Amino acid sequence: MIRLGVPSKGRLMEKTFDWFGARGLSLRKNGNDREYAGVVEGIEGVELALLSAGEIPRELAAGRLHLGVTGSDLVREKVAGWDLRLRELAHMGFGGADLIIAVPQAWVDVDTLDDLDAVAAAFRRTHGFRLRIATKYHRLTREFLREHGVADYQLVDSQGATEGVVRNETAEAIADITSTGETLRANGLKILSDGMIHSSQATLFKSNTAPWSDAHRATLDALEDRLGL
Amino acid sequence: MMPGPMGGPARAEAARLSAIFEATGAQAVDTSILQPADVLLDLYGEDIRARAYVTADPLRGEMMLRPDFTVPVVRAHMEEGGDPARYTYAGEVFRRQETDPARPIEFLQTGFEIFGGDPAQADAEVFATIAGALEGLDLRPSTGDIGILMAAVRGLGTSEARKAALLRHVWRPRRFRALLDRYSARTPLPAHKTALLAAADPMAGIETLPGLRSRAEIEARIATLRAEAETPPLGEEETALIDMIVDLRETAPNVLSSLRDIAVDMPAISDAVTGLTRRLDALSARGVDVETLPFEGSFGRTTLEYYDGFVFGFQSPTRADLPPVATGGRYDALTRQLGQGRAVPAVGGVIRPELVVQIREGRA
Repeated sequence: MIRLGVPSKGRLMEKTFDWFGARGLSLRKNGNDREYAGVVEGIEGVELALLSAGEIPRELAAGRLHLGVTGSDLVREKVAGWDLRLRELAHMGFGGADLIIAVPQAWVDVDTLDDLDAVAAAFRRTHGFRLRIATKYHRLTREFLREHGVADYQLVDSQGATEGVVRNETAEAIADITSTGETLRANGLKILSDGMIHSSQATLFKSNTAPWSDAHRATLDALEDRLGL
Repeated sequence: MMPGPMGGPARAEAARLSAIFEATGAQAVDTSILQPADVLLDLYGEDIRARAYVTADPLRGEMMLRPDFTVPVVRAHMEEGGDPARYTYAGEVFRRQETDPARPIEFLQTGFEIFGGDPAQADAEVFATIAGALEGLDLRPSTGDIGILMAAVRGLGTSEARKAALLRHVWRPRRFRALLDRYSARTPLPAHKTALLAAADPMAGIETLPGLRSRAEIEARIATLRAEAETPPLGEEETALIDMIVDLRETAPNVLSSLRDIAVDMPAISDAVTGLTRRLDALSARGVDVETLPFEGSFGRTTLEYYDGFVFGFQSPTRADLPPVATGGRYDALTRQLGQGRAVPAVGGVIRPELVVQIREGRA
């Protein structure tokens, strides 16, 4: 059996079920709503596992799932060298969100990463510590800022309500996911014009590290046919 | 099978190298494997987290598995060392690998550091001693001198603010290039900045200001941007000279003659060029073939290290997949940062014994 992991709740689960449904494959949870196993109807040899979207990247990288649906941002953040261990089979066209860098709207002098870098240098001189950027996407943010030559910042961990950190004075800027920017604006923040770290969407991934027997491969071929991949 | 850090041949090689360094009078020193993270984070910034293992102690806070020996050795020297002094050390360093699983996460380094003394002589001694220790291996040396680029930037006929910004980014070539293009008006001022500077009151409509960055700080930045906009662009000639220095890639004698030509138009680099001349003489006196010694104007600019003068490396030409077998350079500024006001000229280098063994075995 091929193990397919999909998000276990919320809109991401519903949209995933819809996406497969539109391609003639019915994904269903087993029995009651609390159970985290399911069935795939319309094709033989595929078993459904319902997991937290945040755990799916790790399970794919470890080869415990053959296929999985999760955000492309989560894979890039959680799996080092992800493109060696996983392959993108399909961008699914939903769950879109942008990982961006945002600063207070009141920073009228700041519009680009170039400004952020200059402000970070001055901030460190004035305050004696590095400008703090709150995020839960440490790897993606650090790689992005290194690539663009931004210095004199530090990342502080924020696992939720990241938009509020500036007001609470625990950070000066944030790197966070946004879909409409509404929450950012409501919290007095604005997105840097060149501050797009990654444009994410729900993606069907294949694990290169999972065991792929001939039978598994035959099932994958049949599945890809059905999905039009 | 790659010899691990505990491998006998690598240990024996480390001991052989230590003996060579000790024979020059270097004092053998050791450092803790667990280093306080704050010192390294303060020096290198967030990038060090991608390279070093961070762990936490309930009482001491964040600690790092030493990513190199240089920082703890410099700290120890600045606290209690005499002048001049020379040290050698050998042991494991630890490096996170986020992209290449083939790179080791734990390997040996045997190092040699000289504090004080005549800089040209010390540079030459470190390079020649390491080259001597690696004799018989087919390795290609690389050299450079970040001090020449820094001297050229200091000599630009422009504002101190621009020079400080360029010096801050000497180790980030991409941002350095972007700044240079902006200061020489090769790239236009972005529309956002034009609008900001045209506004009668840029802060109009800003009522609340969340966070630690104050109104005064924002106004100071706007004043800086105003002053910057009023500073005349760098002349084509000056930026062309910087480009020439960055792009130098020739044998040391040819580079020296190019630099002497550049120094005619840019006298600010004269002292650095004299330093290079003296270093090449000192290398030659120690038996290094400087006629064929390669020199690159940008060598050492993308490392995390704080090299600000002579830089060098030794790489296997047939094993380009391997990291350099030895690297080193001068780090005067690092001693100032760690010395709380005190500074000592310092130069050093490390050899990776596992790579020496690997290349020697590959050749046999």
